[in-house]
Amino acid sequence: MPMSLDEKPVTEPVVTPAAVRAPVVPPIATGTVTERPAGAGVERSEVVFDVRQLSVFYGTNRAIADVTLQIHARSVTAVIGPSGCGKSTFLRTLNRMHELTPGARHTGTILLQGQDLYSPAVDPTIVRRRVGMVFQKSNPFPTMSIADNVLVGLRLNGIRDRALLRQRLEESLHMAALWDEVKDHLGRPGISLSGGQQQRLCIARALAVKPEIVLMDEPCSALDPLATAKIEELIHEIKRDYTVVIVTHNMQQAARVSDRTAFFYLGGLVEYAETRTIFMNPSQPQTEAYVSGRFG
Amino acid sequence: MQTSPEQPPGFPVFRRFFDAELETFRSQLILMGETAIQQVRDALQALIENDTALARRVIAADDQLDELEIKIDDEAVRFMNLRAPIASDLRLVIVGMKTSHDLERVGDEATNIAKRAVKLAAEPPLKPYVDIPRMCEIALAMLRDALDCFLQGDEAKAIAVCKRDVEVDKINRQLYRELTSFMIEKPETISRAIELMFISKSLERIADHATNIAEEMIYLDKGKDVRHTEEVKKTAKPDA
Repeated sequence: MPMSLDEKPVTEPVVTPAAVRAPVVPPIATGTVTERPAGAGVERSEVVFDVRQLSVFYGTNRAIADVTLQIHARSVTAVIGPSGCGKSTFLRTLNRMHELTPGARHTGTILLQGQDLYSPAVDPTIVRRRVGMVFQKSNPFPTMSIADNVLVGLRLNGIRDRALLRQRLEESLHMAALWDEVKDHLGRPGISLSGGQQQRLCIARALAVKPEIVLMDEPCSALDPLATAKIEELIHEIKRDYTVVIVTHNMQQAARVSDRTAFFYLGGLVEYAETRTIFMNPSQPQTEAYVSGRFG
Repeated sequence: MQTSPEQPPGFPVFRRFFDAELETFRSQLILMGETAIQQVRDALQALIENDTALARRVIAADDQLDELEIKIDDEAVRFMNLRAPIASDLRLVIVGMKTSHDLERVGDEATNIAKRAVKLAAEPPLKPYVDIPRMCEIALAMLRDALDCFLQGDEAKAIAVCKRDVEVDKINRQLYRELTSFMIEKPETISRAIELMFISKSLERIADHATNIAEEMIYLDKGKDVRHTEEVKKTAKPDA
């Protein structure tokens, strides 16, 4: 379980099935979300994350320097950049996962729907439920069945209603484009699946708790082209309801799946714009060098 | 020669294995541009000097331009398929295809001029050649400047090329009126006047292709499509 960083008791909040079924729509404090130009060509729309002057340090090493950008609702934002540019760190700050690394600290602010993500009043466990994450390597719980893997988050939240669990199981596996392949053997261990299926299982697990935002850290880097295509299809499908932020090393993937792209280099945000701008006519020469493979 | 946008100091950039392919692509396009310019120049010289041998060489040499166009298109399609070009690389390949098409048409117009030069050489001159060489000089200067923009990416120069198109249009219209009155007054001049009208029209078309190329060069350099915008509209007022 992710640890709670503030001094609140570590008991799970009681979540009734009805509360889970209802879409979690926190009030959007429009007054506090200030509009600023997010980058050339980025149109205005509902802002989910408003990141302002974010710097992240591991000990004395600064991984991210002074990043300001906004992530928009129901769209896909790709984060690209060479290894060590801070893109994964950036992603992990969006659901407070970087705090789990000893010695990590940050300056600047991140507003999630207008609320300060790092306010002492905010429980990181709840943040991580609203902001789900899919990792580079599929990591199904090895002792659990396919069904239990998908439902573990709901069960931890105290949901016992069998009909609801069954409904969520089916919904989530459908969304992850895995249902047809596993529907006849949901009781088999999650790790009996192929790599691509395991990754989609992890996506189903992330979607089962109905997060508002899904963070994906190189979700396809270990997958074959067909499994990659399925996951890209899935990203395309879920962006109608979810906000997706994806870190990828595959530039063609960023070009295919995302609406906006942020290019990071040496911990700084070099350029953030609509994906077509980044890949067709970026304003920064470094961006062009990177997306066209001249960088190195 | 530009193959990569200027980078800030300290930003690491390396030469990709396919940069050589893009450089070859560029030099093919430059070769095609130079060949097209030479064809137009030779066609006009053949006309003015009644040199039918030169005119026939121009007609025969058109195949070179046709071959270059096919070569450039083939390479562009291959490059897009295998290299998945991005940003300015992609623009180069697309602009290359469009420009090679324009240059091929320039070559066709040079051939048309050369064919009419052969016919006109058999007859006494209708009038001294003044306007046609002038049109030709402007059209060639436009082509030359458009090609310079390919080498140097000079947006102001490219826009100037587009704006010069009006000068050629104007002479074309003047010549049209003048030749029409010849035909009305002396019907025996009709066949020669018609040949000259077509030559004038060919030069006017060459200037149009130079304008297209200049616009393509702005797109290549800046990623900006200026076609049919105020920026490239003619400034001088056409007088007819």
